[in-house]
Amino acid sequence: MRRLGERFTLLGPGLGYLTVLMVVPLALVLSYSIFQRGRFGGLIYEPTTENFARLFDPLYLNVVVTSVKLAGVTTILALLLGYPTAYAITKLTPKWKTVALIALVLPFWTNFLIRTYAWIVLLSPAGLVNDALTGWGLIDEPLQLLYRQPAIVAGLLYAYVPLMVLPLYAALERMDDELLEAAANLGAKPARAFFSVTFPLTLPAVFTGCVFVFVPSLGNFVVPELLGGGQTAMVGNLVRDQFLKARDWPFGATLALAVVAMLVVLLMLQAWSARRLAGDGDA
Amino acid sequence: MTLLSINGVRRKFGDVTALDGVSLDIAEGEFFALLGPSGCGKTTLLRILAGFETLDEGTVTLAGDDLTKVPAHRRPINLMFQSYALFPHLSVAANIAYGLQREGLPKGVIKQRVDEVLERVGLAHAAKRRPQQLSGGQRQRVALARAIVKRPRLLLLDEPLSALDRKVRAEMQLWLKQLQHEVGITFVVVTHDQEEAMSMADRIAVLNHGAVEQIADPVTLYGSPATHFVADFIGANNFFSGTAVDDGLSTEVFGFLPARGGVTGPALLAVRPEQVSLTGDLLTGRVLDVSFYGGLSRVAVLVAGHDTPVLVHQHGAPRVAAGDAVKLGWAAEDAVVVRA
Repeated sequence: MRRLGERFTLLGPGLGYLTVLMVVPLALVLSYSIFQRGRFGGLIYEPTTENFARLFDPLYLNVVVTSVKLAGVTTILALLLGYPTAYAITKLTPKWKTVALIALVLPFWTNFLIRTYAWIVLLSPAGLVNDALTGWGLIDEPLQLLYRQPAIVAGLLYAYVPLMVLPLYAALERMDDELLEAAANLGAKPARAFFSVTFPLTLPAVFTGCVFVFVPSLGNFVVPELLGGGQTAMVGNLVRDQFLKARDWPFGATLALAVVAMLVVLLMLQAWSARRLAGDGDA
Repeated sequence: MTLLSINGVRRKFGDVTALDGVSLDIAEGEFFALLGPSGCGKTTLLRILAGFETLDEGTVTLAGDDLTKVPAHRRPINLMFQSYALFPHLSVAANIAYGLQREGLPKGVIKQRVDEVLERVGLAHAAKRRPQQLSGGQRQRVALARAIVKRPRLLLLDEPLSALDRKVRAEMQLWLKQLQHEVGITFVVVTHDQEEAMSMADRIAVLNHGAVEQIADPVTLYGSPATHFVADFIGANNFFSGTAVDDGLSTEVFGFLPARGGVTGPALLAVRPEQVSLTGDLLTGRVLDVSFYGGLSRVAVLVAGHDTPVLVHQHGAPRVAAGDAVKLGWAAEDAVVVRA
């Protein structure tokens, strides 16, 4: 019992901070979902299920589906882009490894809004990409790159790919090269050795990276606002609009609750699969 | 019949010469050991044989075929890693089946061979467990099973017993030797532990600084070391320096000391502690220390004009005490003269 006490002494401050400043307000906001909206914003404390019924209105359901789709595509692309990147970084000399890792997190030192605006400069009809393409004579007319779904995916991918690379890098760096030699010794060609040894052993990190990318992508509202031109609202925009524009707090809270529920299920799946892959531990 | 032939193999890493012209032949069905201290090049040689390392010069042939051009995954050679390198995400059975699956064998055949080898290493009950759930000795047997199930022409074992505790070591030593006899695969053990090499191998190559010092069976290696290094590395020895003459060594301090000859010029006489008797007339000294080890007593004798105490082993309880004046001697055929 003494050890339990010690643990709580150390956990206490962080736990207290989280409970008071995050769990309680979140619970309050999410509890709005069972109440009715006031005529001029605010709440009327009369329970209703109407908010949940509205969730299944095709108008909103479509937004949720689109969000999941865009976040999903972003996650898959981040994995396809991030795995080779992480793999390549582990093969660098220690000096260049440090350089690569710093380069990877460097963008985080700049304001996210500014970085997203930079993408407008890149993708706009008179932007760098169109300039280059027309300049080389590859296209006659500037392409409409901005304010389309691919632009949103590009922006999200750009923002979150480091969150995919970092856990993958950590897992690949921990890989015992002798296991690959063992695979080769047993007759596996390099590609086969990768898919039968390296990849399965980094699968928990793959799941972690996917969750790290999928979760913030789903909730992001800056990128769809700026690069999507507000045409393809994602669920993040919707939540924000309900709270700040429509002043419909209960429905905003319901939408947020739906997203949180989805993510909790996802995290549970990730934890479960990671534990399964790790075997039954050192028991 | 020669199975593996290594000829003039050289390998440098930057300025460091790991292998400096190593040549040796290993016969089919032999239990061969590469013995040497760390940094002698034995691991580099092993990695060259497995195909994980390239060589700068020389040839390696397996049953007459050039091995150096064959990629690691196509060599009929299996390696038991020192760390065992078992796949942590696969069960014991899946670890063993891995190599057979790469050969594209039918499922039924794979299952049969895996079951067979699990039975042989006594781990049939642990087939479904993960490597992390096994003891060190069990893991080693899985690693061995994974290597022999492929029925390689040559099995390499990298420090096979070093990770085991003393008691399990002795068991495994015996068991490995029996296993080699039963499966008839040529074994090459790489080790820095002379006891391990001496007790298991038919022949031993002693390596030092990337070169072969001597290749011989354990008895010859112990009784007739060819070089100072071998005489010093294998077992305990007393050394006297001087000039080689017929039938022995001529020294400044002790005059003529008898031994088997064969070399000329500056030389060392090596005589084993158990060959030195306390009743001879070659040297005189005083007993420095006596320690009793049950069946054996170790006596250290200080001899005037000799830097290190001369070690003498006696059977049974000690018959001298510290401070006694003694005379030492040995028979000419029990001492050997090697080049200095």
